[in-house]
Amino acid sequence: MTRILIATLFLSLQFYGYGQKYFTKSGTISFFSKTDLENIDAASKSAVCVLDAATGKMEWSVLIKGFQFEKALMQEHFNENYMESDKFPKAIFKGTIQNFNKININTNGKHKVMVDGDLTIHGVTKKISSAGTLEIKDGKILTASDFDITISDYGISIPNLVKDNIAKVLKIKVSGTLESLKS
Amino acid sequence: MKFSRVIYLLLPVLMFVAQFGKAQEEDLLSMIEEDPVTEYVKASFKTNRVINLHSLESTAPGVLDFKISHRFGYINGGFYDIFGLDGATIRLGLDYGITDRLTVGGGRSSLQKTYDGYLKYKLLRQSSGAVNMPITLAVFGSTAIQTLKWSNPDRENYFTSRLFYTFQCIIGRKFSESFSMQLSPTLVHRNLVKTKLEKNDVFGLGTAARIKLSKRVALNGEYIYILPNQLASPYQNGISLGFDIETGGHVFQLHFTNSASMIEKGFFTENTGDWTKGDIHFGFNVSRVFTVKRQKLVD
Repeated sequence: MTRILIATLFLSLQFYGYGQKYFTKSGTISFFSKTDLENIDAASKSAVCVLDAATGKMEWSVLIKGFQFEKALMQEHFNENYMESDKFPKAIFKGTIQNFNKININTNGKHKVMVDGDLTIHGVTKKISSAGTLEIKDGKILTASDFDITISDYGISIPNLVKDNIAKVLKIKVSGTLESLKS
Repeated sequence: MKFSRVIYLLLPVLMFVAQFGKAQEEDLLSMIEEDPVTEYVKASFKTNRVINLHSLESTAPGVLDFKISHRFGYINGGFYDIFGLDGATIRLGLDYGITDRLTVGGGRSSLQKTYDGYLKYKLLRQSSGAVNMPITLAVFGSTAIQTLKWSNPDRENYFTSRLFYTFQCIIGRKFSESFSMQLSPTLVHRNLVKTKLEKNDVFGLGTAARIKLSKRVALNGEYIYILPNQLASPYQNGISLGFDIETGGHVFQLHFTNSASMIEKGFFTENTGDWTKGDIHFGFNVSRVFTVKRQKLVD
């Protein structure tokens, strides 16, 4: 009887104690489009990221309307015409850091990592794989990654009139300082 | 025995809790409580004019909007006047966004050689999220100066006789992605009127709506109702219908209207065109925006 009690408690407690999580609500995501005619720059500083230190699973989420542009009209067109942010309010990434178990998250150090996962933008999900860095510093995890995405992969159409102003491939930069999540 | 029964009763509960914990594990993002943000409704109208009326939109901060507007003659002039294209009245104008809420602007109309200047301020902004506001409310004030040569130079004329003032509230809402509507209760004050029969203060109600037909094309309608017994006959309530076509940095507004004037004192109080007789002007507003001051990106 006591054994059942212990077993049950153990079973349920296992899930609580299992795997420290790290998170941020102020991750930075920026993108850059470069053409001969025009450079377009936009950034959001309120991306959310959660990392499960037990499995290396990592998830990112960012509000499309949270992207700031230098030109107000670009921001309006980005939301209204291209990203349709009323319909698709967020971009989400769900993936895994490869060979995460080889990293000791208790000692300071910088590690090169590969991340694989599903990126959902404008309601379209694509598999992506990107190189990045993971720096462990005094109990915090600093993440950073750069990668490219092709606009047309995500069902975003650019009208002929402005097709020379917007790059077909965007450079994306992601970074965040993750702190341990106390539950 | 009693204790073990309690355990057996509790067991499924604990299992459920454990399962729940496991399910949460699969969606990491749901572990984070999102900070509530206030989302202001954008793009209720394509630009800061519906057709003649000011829309509830203001010009974005740091943006200069150059407006070139034309109203041609009556289309009932027929082929002889090439449906009104022979005659045109023009307004050239500039609008500038000082802040998110405050817009300043001015222009010059060829009709009655009139200069106008205005200020528009958004008191309430439609939003959802942390702050829930169902409507946008803007206040608008303008002064117009008519600079025609005095029609009666022999008598004593005062500069103040050339002045017209407009006070307006713009109350509107974007009901859905494709439908926006606004009401504009308006007072136009005229320092000098032609006859005793006319009132110096004229009250009217502007109503306007937009239906978005596609991402870049919208259909607009306007109706301007003037309360009775204020203006001498013949006067007409304003009716306008038009399209907005947006192409990158430009918005083209093409419309049909019975008003020749493009400023409040004109299209509220000096409107004589009768739609039923074909007193309809074809016209357009072209808006070209320039970013004078770039918005700061997050550092």
